[in-house]
Amino acid sequence: MDDSAPILETRAISLGFGGVRALSDVSFRVETGEIFSIIGPNGAGKTSMLNCVSGRYKPNEGQVMFKGRDITRLTPNQRATLGLGRTFQNLALFGHMSVLDNIMVGRHHLMKNNFLTGGLYWLTGAQREESEHRRHVEDIIDFLEISHIRKAVAGTLPYGLRKRVELARAVAVRPDLILLDEPMAGMNLEEKEDMARYIVDLNEEWGMTVIMIEHDMGVVMDISHRVMVLDFGRKIADGLPDEIMSNDHVKRAYLGEDDMDEVA
Amino acid sequence: MNWDFLFQLAVNGIIVGTLYGVVAMCFVLIYKSTQVVNFAQGEFMLIGAWVCWALLVHFHLPFWLGFLVTLAFMMAFGVLLQVVVLRPMIGEPIISIIMVTIGLSLFFQAAMKWMFGVNAQNFPRVFEADSVDIFGLSVQPAYLMSFVISILVMAGFFYFFKFSRFGLAMRATAFNQQVAQSLGISVKSVFAMAWAISAMVSALAGVVVGMVNGVSSALSFIGIKVFPAVILGGLDSIVGAVAGGLIIGLLENFAEFADGQYFHWGNMYSIAPFWVLIIILVIKPYGLFGTKNIERV
Repeated sequence: MDDSAPILETRAISLGFGGVRALSDVSFRVETGEIFSIIGPNGAGKTSMLNCVSGRYKPNEGQVMFKGRDITRLTPNQRATLGLGRTFQNLALFGHMSVLDNIMVGRHHLMKNNFLTGGLYWLTGAQREESEHRRHVEDIIDFLEISHIRKAVAGTLPYGLRKRVELARAVAVRPDLILLDEPMAGMNLEEKEDMARYIVDLNEEWGMTVIMIEHDMGVVMDISHRVMVLDFGRKIADGLPDEIMSNDHVKRAYLGEDDMDEVA
Repeated sequence: MNWDFLFQLAVNGIIVGTLYGVVAMCFVLIYKSTQVVNFAQGEFMLIGAWVCWALLVHFHLPFWLGFLVTLAFMMAFGVLLQVVVLRPMIGEPIISIIMVTIGLSLFFQAAMKWMFGVNAQNFPRVFEADSVDIFGLSVQPAYLMSFVISILVMAGFFYFFKFSRFGLAMRATAFNQQVAQSLGISVKSVFAMAWAISAMVSALAGVVVGMVNGVSSALSFIGIKVFPAVILGGLDSIVGAVAGGLIIGLLENFAEFADGQYFHWGNMYSIAPFWVLIIILVIKPYGLFGTKNIERV
């Protein structure tokens, strides 16, 4: 892979559901190592955009390039295997499973032993493989500070912790690019600060490129390297946080002209 | 009160019940992971029994080899069926998919009659002894084998879902397909695996029943008997399937006993489970262990 190539590039993505245009002609690039935020009013097509990248939706037109490769026609699980992880806007943990099992599901595609060789546990290295995976999972658990709840059933945890477990599960896939759909929605100030710190650490220490949808402008402007603004399925701006804050177009469409003082 | 007879019936009930439990697990496995109500579950048993019978009688394979070949064949059969017939149906209305499985059931019934005839055929003798003596009860060795195999299969299911990563992937898929996909799990292969395991284990049950009662199309009636068991236990609960199977197995034997001794209505053995089916649907439609579908707005 060429170092200068973007990790993700979308080319003129258009997506429609029946008569409704969800996305029109959206192109953007995300460079390796960035925290890239997508903002915009409700119904602007942010989640649709994320779904086109993760593969849940197939765009009607346009291409999605990941690590220099056209992934437009790949299934979501193939994309995950290539190194693309995501979390969901509405919590989507496996509620009946323990926290540990939830995270282990994310390791599935990384394990090589199948069904038959797994049965010959000690001969085929399945044991070594298993313990190696356990160690990675432990690293993730330590990093997100959820070791005290590892045995807990995921569905019984409070909201903020569940969000963290969901992040842990997405990180377990060991993605190079992680898509976060409103990671801080519904959190209190303290939880938001923690989450922002985890995201920055994932980016800086774990080397993950992050694409994030978030409504909390304070956080977005604080931790993003670049920001893209969508409105009615169209890209109206992208650039550095400062540029976005001072962009007249953006103010009109999203932030509301008089609110800028509050945000800053 | 004839206590010896009652005890014998209880033992029968447990043995047959575990077998129902195994077939019910297979049914639940498909329902849970692919949301398909499989009316052809009994035919999986039938096909397995006939294939094994043919291997033993026409090809003179030793029993253990014929048995293993049958299981391998049924695994491939399950995958093929899923890929060719059911995969194209993904996204179609549930009623259409149910019609397809009913169609499959009729088709396989007819195909088996066409290939193997309409007469019941006996398996070659596998065990030397006619009966084994356990605590003063005489039990056919095939029954005993049925019981042991059923327990092993249940333990295998438990191990598979609890400890193997494929089991984990299957549970994840059953819970939420989109999320499972986002974590790198191929939903297509999970579906194929569910059908393969279900067909294979059903066939195993079919062979066991065939050894006891002979192979004929009547064997697939167990596929219908499984419905009361599954509804009682809860459509999406593996544990429920086992419990439901045991309860139905015991119930039909006790119903037979009560009928023979007191009521003389006739044929309670076949009918009692369906009374239970109706009662459960009225008072506890999600079964003993099933998930209640709570909609929160």
